[in-house]
Amino acid sequence: MSQFTDWDILRNLLLAARWTVLLSLIAFAGGSIVGLLLTFMRISRRRSLIWVTRIYIEIFQGTPLLMQLFIAFFGLGLLGIDVSAWTAAALALTLFSSAFLSDIWRGCVESLPKGQWEASRCLGLNYLQTMRYIILPQALRIAIPPTVGFSVQIVKGTALASIIGFVELTKAGTMLNNATFEPFKVFALVALIYFLLCYPLSRASQYLEERLNVAGKRA
Amino acid sequence: MSLVSVRDVHKYFGELHVLKGIDLTINAGEVVSIIGRSGSGKSTLLRCMNGLESYEQGAIILDGMEVSTDEFQVRKLSHSVGMVFQSFNLFPHLTVGENIMLAPKLIKRVGKEEAKKLAMEVLEKVGLADKFGQYPEKLSGGQQQRVAIARSLAMKPKVLLCDEITSALDPELVGDVLKVLEQLAAEGMTLILVTHEMNFARDVGDRVVFMHQGKVHETGDAKEVLANPQTPELQQFIGAVL
Repeated sequence: MSQFTDWDILRNLLLAARWTVLLSLIAFAGGSIVGLLLTFMRISRRRSLIWVTRIYIEIFQGTPLLMQLFIAFFGLGLLGIDVSAWTAAALALTLFSSAFLSDIWRGCVESLPKGQWEASRCLGLNYLQTMRYIILPQALRIAIPPTVGFSVQIVKGTALASIIGFVELTKAGTMLNNATFEPFKVFALVALIYFLLCYPLSRASQYLEERLNVAGKRA
Repeated sequence: MSLVSVRDVHKYFGELHVLKGIDLTINAGEVVSIIGRSGSGKSTLLRCMNGLESYEQGAIILDGMEVSTDEFQVRKLSHSVGMVFQSFNLFPHLTVGENIMLAPKLIKRVGKEEAKKLAMEVLEKVGLADKFGQYPEKLSGGQQQRVAIARSLAMKPKVLLCDEITSALDPELVGDVLKVLEQLAAEGMTLILVTHEMNFARDVGDRVVFMHQGKVHETGDAKEVLANPQTPELQQFIGAVL
C-alpha cells in the first residue's frame, strides 16, 4: 500500500482542491444571485414578500448545512428527481449562501441613515430611483468586506459535500488516508490547503474593511 | 392667496397626540419661524407640510395641492416645496455638483449642460461655486448645510422648509448659513423655519409661531411677539432661550 509517495499525496489533494474551488465559486455566484433577489424582496415594502424571505432565511440559517445537503441529495432522489452529488452540493450550498448573504446585505441597506431616504423623498425621487442612485451605491461599499468574509464560510462549507460522495479536497483526503494509513500527514495537508485558500480571503476582508471604513468615516 | 394652509391638523404617534388641531396660513414671500420647546410638535408640523409625516385629521394645502404621504403626491409636491434638515443629509458618495444636479435631471428631465448651469447658479447663491467637484466630506458643516440649501433651491421650490438647520453647527459657522437664508428672504422666497435662533426670527422673520403642547399657543408679528409675549408660557420660553 505504500506506493504513494508524499508527492503523490500532495498532487492528488491539489487536483481535488480544484473541485473545492470550483464548488465554492459556483456556490458564491449562485448564492449571490439568489441572495440579491432575496435582498430586494426583503427590503421591498410588500409584506408578503418580506414574510416569504424571512421564512426562507430562518430555515436555511436554522438548520445544519449537512441536513440541507442530505435533503438535496437523498430527498430529491426519493421524489424521483435524479441528482448527482455535484448538482446536490451546488444546489444546497447556493441556497445556504443566499440566506446568509441576503441577511448581510439587508443589514447594509438598513444601516444607512434614514436621512438619506428622507432627503431623496423631499427631492422627489421615487423608490426605485432612491435605491438605484442613493441607497445601493452606498450599501455596496459597506457590503464588500463582510461578503468577502463570508466567502471563507463557503469554502469551508464545501467540505461537507464529501459526505454525499462528491470528490473534493476532504473526500480526496479520506480516500488517500484509506490507501496510505497516514492520517496525520494527509489531513494536515488537507487542512493546510484549506488554510491557504481561506487565509487570503479573510485578509482581503480585513484590508477592505479598514480601507472602506476610513473612507466611510470621512463621509 | 395663501401658499400654505394648515387646517385643524391632528397627528398621533400611536397613543401620543402630538398635533392637536393646528391652524396656520402662510402667504407667499413670508418668513415664518416656528419656535417652542422640544416635544412641542414643531418639527412634526414641518414634516407634515411636505408629506414626510402623515396626519390623521384635517388638511394641509400647499401651492394648491393636498399634502399626503402618498409617493405620487410627494413627487408632485417636490416641485413646490424644498426641505433642509438639521443633519444636512447630503449624499456622501456624490460630489457637491452631483448632489445638486441629481433631482433636476431625474425629476425635471433637465439636460446635462443646463443642469450644470443650474448647479453653478445655486452654488453661487450660497457662496460655494468653487466646491462643485468636491465631495461633501471635504466641507465644513456650515458649507455642507449651504450645499443642502443649494440642492433644494435647484428644484426651484416656492417654499423652503428648514428643520433646525443650524442646530448641528459649530457656533462660528451658524452665521454663514443664516446669511444665506436672509438673502433668500430678501429675494422673496417663502421660508418656514423651525429654529432656536431668536435673533434671526426677530430680525429677518415676518412672523413667529410659538408652539406649546401640540398647539399654536401664540402667534403674530415677529418683533412684537418676541418683544411683548402675552402668554406666561412664551414669556418663560423666551426667558429660557435668550
